[in-house]
Amino acid sequence: MTETRVVEAWTLEPLERFVAESGARLTLLMTPAGQVLAQHGFTRAVDVMSAAALGAAIVASTGEIARMLDQTEFAALNHQGVQHGIFLGAFDTPRGGLLALVVYGPDSSAGLVQLFFEELAQGLVAAVPAQEEPKAVLAANFEEELNRSLASLFGR
Amino acid sequence: MSMAFQQALDNVTRVRGVRGAMLVAGEDGLIVAEALMEGVRGNAVAALAASLQKRFRQAMEAAAVGMPHFLHLQGEGGTLIIVPAPDGVLVVAVGTPDMNVGLVRLEMLRAAESIS
Repeated sequence: MTETRVVEAWTLEPLERFVAESGARLTLLMTPAGQVLAQHGFTRAVDVMSAAALGAAIVASTGEIARMLDQTEFAALNHQGVQHGIFLGAFDTPRGGLLALVVYGPDSSAGLVQLFFEELAQGLVAAVPAQEEPKAVLAANFEEELNRSLASLFGR
Repeated sequence: MSMAFQQALDNVTRVRGVRGAMLVAGEDGLIVAEALMEGVRGNAVAALAASLQKRFRQAMEAAAVGMPHFLHLQGEGGTLIIVPAPDGVLVVAVGTPDMNVGLVRLEMLRAAESIS
């Protein structure tokens, strides 16, 4: 059975509900910078890191295209493959913007993922704990932070 | 083409008791065209109706009884009807519990035929 693992505990309940209802195979919850908050379905740390980096890069690219077109940023992006689809959605929380990267198979659909993504965003906004003092990300402790997050995500 | 879709939906929503009708992409669960009254969550109905139809299709395939032509769900507060059109589009209607299901079915089958 695939597990849901989180770095930030408040993300667990909304994410588990989203996965159960949408039928998503893989889900990654991250910041626009690619820092992972939670994941479902991934088995290797390297896949999480790659997916987070690629997802954040896609959102940054489409954001830039939107800027060039003089539009507000695209809220969501869906790429339908033969067997699997990829959904990438952004939303705001009191803690700043978050991204969700979702991979779904034939058991689900773009419509279901989009529908329950809206509920995921609402659930996360409601679950955000009171604002904490933001921690400075320094080069010196970056690797340590990254390793700690990966340990939380993969239970090592 | 969108005029044809709208006309097909108008014929369904004209039936007394119908609160809304939609054309939904069966595989994606996304709305192609809609004519809904206020208060009907179109995207939710579309996504869940498409998922439901997919499961029923799988069940009927497993039972070797062919493809579903018509799904009718009667609830306490209303009715949901799904008619699959030949090209993968679904005609979906939501109505009151006392709507004329026979007439709605007829209009939905006509709509499915007209958009194919």
